[in-house]
Amino acid sequence: MSQDNQEAHEPSKQPTWSYKWEMVVDLDRCSGCEACVVACHAENNIRISGEEEAAQGRAINWIRIERYWEGEYPNVKVKFLPVMCQHCDEAPCEPVCPVYASYHTPEGLNAQVYNRCVGVRYCGNNCPYVARQFNWFDPHWEEPLAEQLNPDVSVRSGGVMEKCTFCVQRIRRGKETAAKEGRRVRDGDITPACVQSCPTSALIFGDRNDPDSRVSHLKKSERGFHLLESLGTHPSVTYLRRLSE
Amino acid sequence: MTKRPVGWEEIPVINRNLLSPLQTTTWRYFLWVGVLGCFVAAGAGAWTYQIQTGIGQTDLHPPIFWGSYIGSFVFWIGVSHSGTFISGVLRLTNAEWRRPVTRMAELMTIVALIVTALFVFYHLGRVWRFYYLIPYPNQRELWPNFRSPLMWDATAIFTYATASTIYIYLPLIPDFALMRDRIQGWRKPIYRWLAVGWHGSQAQWQTLETAIRIITPLIVMVMISVHSIVGWDFGVSLVPGWHSTIFAPYFVVGAVHSGLGMAVAGLYILRQTYRLDGYIQEKHFEKLAQLLMVTTLVLAYLYFAEQLTVWYGNVPDHMAVQNSLLTEMYAVPFWVMVGCIYLLPLLTLVWPRFRRWPFGLMVIGLIINVGMYIERMLIIVPSLGHPRLSFQWSEYFPSLIEFTIMIGTLAFALLLYSLALKFVPAISIWEEKAGRIHEYKTREE
Repeated sequence: MSQDNQEAHEPSKQPTWSYKWEMVVDLDRCSGCEACVVACHAENNIRISGEEEAAQGRAINWIRIERYWEGEYPNVKVKFLPVMCQHCDEAPCEPVCPVYASYHTPEGLNAQVYNRCVGVRYCGNNCPYVARQFNWFDPHWEEPLAEQLNPDVSVRSGGVMEKCTFCVQRIRRGKETAAKEGRRVRDGDITPACVQSCPTSALIFGDRNDPDSRVSHLKKSERGFHLLESLGTHPSVTYLRRLSE
Repeated sequence: MTKRPVGWEEIPVINRNLLSPLQTTTWRYFLWVGVLGCFVAAGAGAWTYQIQTGIGQTDLHPPIFWGSYIGSFVFWIGVSHSGTFISGVLRLTNAEWRRPVTRMAELMTIVALIVTALFVFYHLGRVWRFYYLIPYPNQRELWPNFRSPLMWDATAIFTYATASTIYIYLPLIPDFALMRDRIQGWRKPIYRWLAVGWHGSQAQWQTLETAIRIITPLIVMVMISVHSIVGWDFGVSLVPGWHSTIFAPYFVVGAVHSGLGMAVAGLYILRQTYRLDGYIQEKHFEKLAQLLMVTTLVLAYLYFAEQLTVWYGNVPDHMAVQNSLLTEMYAVPFWVMVGCIYLLPLLTLVWPRFRRWPFGLMVIGLIINVGMYIERMLIIVPSLGHPRLSFQWSEYFPSLIEFTIMIGTLAFALLLYSLALKFVPAISIWEEKAGRIHEYKTREE
């Protein structure tokens, strides 16, 4: 079976490769700077929410830095936890969607079909990571901000769900380039916006099916764990425990 | 039979009494319909505004993606159970006292189901794409996802609406025939069409009674399955506080509880409005009050079983939800709810004299429904507001738009009911007559 539609249309002489995308979050390196959040907004045409909407809890972030405080003042410690869609292999958001807007790609991505979504929002309820974000209103960009939209990413209308895609547009471009050169995607070819902009390299992205990729190595680290692992969602995001504990 | 059965002379009186609301309309009725119309218009305006601007007109925000619309949806489908439960179960058990109660309860079912469906539409983010939820053949070969509980729900409600329409229609046929013969004007051709050539022959009666006997057990089963599925909308999810096996039976009993409450209230109001004291008597209220007592106790039992299990298990995710109900953020609505649906009904309905006091029962019926409305909200909001990652904890209170839509829809339900009363008699005329004759016969023996 070919990997995607484009390959299906041209009978390829080349072998097809299977990928499983994986992200590793090294909590020991995360400084909570939120550069990833900003980069994600710029890359993915995420609608801008004003002060008022943010106060209502409606600001859309595909990746967020959760802050947890430990201890009593003055001995307070803050812990940062970047949370994005975990691209679960057993995603609770997928079976509950009545129109198949939330579905699983062969490469392990949990995809959201914007133009199929009718906005029943069950997926949002059933995601234990609260990774899913809803467009409560139509998006609006003041001129000239509308000029900076990324042409590779569709702008979502009001009334639909959205969430982290692992920058699927970058994944596609990486795969196309590799296919043209008749090779498998190399480790490091594809970097989602958050990974690219992380100053401490706390985020690492790659292919789990490639045994030599960095994520494959890091996944085996004894610091590795999954968020809310007991729920059996089999996430594609592996966290690495902090060392300084 | 040469001798006419005793009670024969009552039949024209019954015809006159029960058909008179359809033939005479007072200025009070027009005023009432006008006032309701204003509320409906306000609700329609609010919904239009919400569609034009966005679902953000609600107070919903992550992680609380469901709120008052889904709560109202569950509430109204509960009300719809009044009709099926009362008339279905009572027909099934051959309870003689059901006769004056069934029709008005069945009408309640139909009206409540229409309103229920409306709340699904209010809730959708892109309501103009609602047809994606319908399984229709299309070029892209896209089909709805029947693994989703929401599709089970849509199927169940559609089945329920169809079945209960048939269920109310069958016993209406002899009454339609009666009205075809007695009522002139624009309604006459409609009645003629609806009466499907009924002329009251022995064969027709037999067919009708067989049909009713077949559909009655079916509708009771559909009723139980419908509210079980509504319970599973929540029960099969992963959300702490929802993921529980008790949801299906709890929802069924809760629905019957609020449905009975609504039926008692409706019965009292109809009796006062149309002076039906001779038909709806104290004994009917007493029987319904006894049923209410049963549902109060069963519901309290199920609720206690659920809360006890959660409390004793002491799992932090679930305790966050329970604590918010018992002592924290939602404690006030929670304890008001407990008072409305358990304590007040228990304290009043244990008194035999109270069970024979129609006005008091109406008040209790309405209080139960206020409580059940709160209960529906409390199932949804505290659970969603306390996801496992505590960074996202949040609160919710319905916005002005949501309140306007909810009130407008309540007015719409009352309006539909009031209009229906001008088209069908509130009490099944032929069943009432059959009941009288049955009563006299048994008395003779």
